[in-house]
Amino acid sequence: MTKTTRHVAFAAGIGLALTATAGNADVIKVGVVAPFSGPFAVYGQEFRGAIDTWVAQHGKMAGSHEVQFIFKDSGGPNPAAAKSATQELLIRDGVKYLAGYVFTPNALAAAPLASKAHVPTVIWNAATSIITTKSPEFIRTSFTLPQAAMPMADWAIAHGIKSVVIAVSDYGPGIDADKAFAKEFTAKGGTILDEIRMPVNTTDFSPFMQRIKSKAPNALFSFIPAGPPAFSFVKSYSDYGLKAAGIKFLGTGDLVDETELQGIGDAGIGVITAHHYSVAHDSAANKAFLAAFQKAAPNVTPNFAAVGAYDGMRVLYKMIEAGGTDGAKALKSVIGTSWESPRGPVTIDPRTRSLTQNMYIREVVKGADGKLENKEIDTIKDVPDLGLVSK
Amino acid sequence: MTTIASILLDGIAYGMILFMISVGLSVTMGLMRVVNLAHGGFAMLGGAFTHWAMVNAGLPFPVAALGGIAAVVILSVPMERVLYRPIYKMGELPQVLATIGMTFLMIAAVNLWLGSSLLAIKLPALMQGSVNLGFRTLPTQRLYVLGAGLLVIGGLFLLIERTRFGINLRAAVDNPATAACLGIDTGRVFATTFALGAGLAALGGILGAELLPIDAYYPLRYMVLFLTVVAVGGLGSITGSFAAAILLGILDTAARYLVPDAGTIFFYLAMILILGIRPKGLLGRH
Repeated sequence: MTKTTRHVAFAAGIGLALTATAGNADVIKVGVVAPFSGPFAVYGQEFRGAIDTWVAQHGKMAGSHEVQFIFKDSGGPNPAAAKSATQELLIRDGVKYLAGYVFTPNALAAAPLASKAHVPTVIWNAATSIITTKSPEFIRTSFTLPQAAMPMADWAIAHGIKSVVIAVSDYGPGIDADKAFAKEFTAKGGTILDEIRMPVNTTDFSPFMQRIKSKAPNALFSFIPAGPPAFSFVKSYSDYGLKAAGIKFLGTGDLVDETELQGIGDAGIGVITAHHYSVAHDSAANKAFLAAFQKAAPNVTPNFAAVGAYDGMRVLYKMIEAGGTDGAKALKSVIGTSWESPRGPVTIDPRTRSLTQNMYIREVVKGADGKLENKEIDTIKDVPDLGLVSK
Repeated sequence: MTTIASILLDGIAYGMILFMISVGLSVTMGLMRVVNLAHGGFAMLGGAFTHWAMVNAGLPFPVAALGGIAAVVILSVPMERVLYRPIYKMGELPQVLATIGMTFLMIAAVNLWLGSSLLAIKLPALMQGSVNLGFRTLPTQRLYVLGAGLLVIGGLFLLIERTRFGINLRAAVDNPATAACLGIDTGRVFATTFALGAGLAALGGILGAELLPIDAYYPLRYMVLFLTVVAVGGLGSITGSFAAAILLGILDTAARYLVPDAGTIFFYLAMILILGIRPKGLLGRH
């Protein structure tokens, strides 16, 4: 054997070895569409933190496939940007799975693309009920507003609250929450004294507070997306004397999201919300998740968006493990499955492809460490997406 | 009757906050005629410094707030020297581009430093809670804003109309070359005025934080609000900004009392109408 042929043989051997490894571990790409810049970048941070946490715990391999993430920035609620980001991921990057989607309009914009490309998509946050009906490829690992609003109404009735004023942000999820609460509350014999739809970007709530106070209800029910308006709203509730007048504050968990809870301060104490996840949830799974998250993303305060993404990661890994690039097989393998999430036990409901999960009634209290927390005071077990199906 | 009183009261309180957060811009953009889109950035920095001083250094609110304003004023001097001085003579579009660039720098800096969540400023017990006005209550904090707003407008009026510095400033803005010939140190006048504008921005950011909470994206979130107040008031007129802020505050509040479903449309309708009838704003001079 001459020197040259020996070299060639050696190179061929290496080449063979390389193809063999690549054959064992094909790379499957997952596109993540979320706000990574701009005013809503905190969601992107929560998502990245959750991905890092999951990968730190479970590695890069899902079964025999290596998982690779490609991030695309959608900015805020912007269907056009979400659509072009999704398109780019599908066509140029050739992703086999999609994930993320913080806002309802963004998720809706991706629906026709996911359907046409037959790419399973895990919605990590967007919470209007209709989303999963828009594409058979959609699975959701967050919650829906009716899922939180209706148990809140039941709880209110059970705790002697007979009259309520509803005040919500005037857009999709707000209207979802309003309708769901009003329907359940009146069906159980409660009275709605007034329904106020407030402009989405208002931060001065004095007029609404005066109006609510003048109706003298037992309680106020509200949905406002997490962010500056929610902060001002909770402060105004206490500043304008509604708290002192004994009007209870009920809402969905977005109002007292953990990333902003400390900022709201003592004005938030006593606020009662229904939500699927509290950082203060007392379980081994949650403690393990929080410890791992703290290690993977020390600068991010985890909240419901992080848990939505963490469970979303689990669903993605299970799908990739079972289906590889076969989207239909992948979807089939996870729909109907159950697991113990940091939030509690969950199941992907085959009827809605959203989670059936416990809803917790939580009250803002000062914890043992002097920090505010959402303390779970009641649990409503196994609530499906009440916007689409009844219990 | 109570509703009308409530509208006026809440409207004036809201208008005063609008005035406080835009008065700094009315100084830099109105008096110095720099299209200073970075105004909100100075307001945000003031709030961020205050938040940091209270949370990390444990300082009480008044000290932290004064420190925050001082920090912004100190920061604004080299910024004016290095960044703003070259752009005074540029056209409007380059000024817009340059100052929006600075805004992005400030946003990124605060984002890196303190993160993108809300930077709450906890008020002292004295300013918390609410006062009973008989027919209703008003948050105590609003009374402080009201007082501060009146002090600021009074002080600025005296400074600009009644002092040597005010005369120098007006001369330097109207004709820098002639003013310099007459022995006015225009560079120093501009630097001082700019620092004043930045300091007022910081004060507004801190005092307005109950309603418009500080976070890294504050400068972009409320940019339209600041610009509307100054544009409707008329460039170059502090009194105009004041009138515009109160007017818009009352209008917006009235709309929220009476037709909440219409959203913020009345605020912008008023802006379109006023600028349609008076393109230079309510009290514009230039």
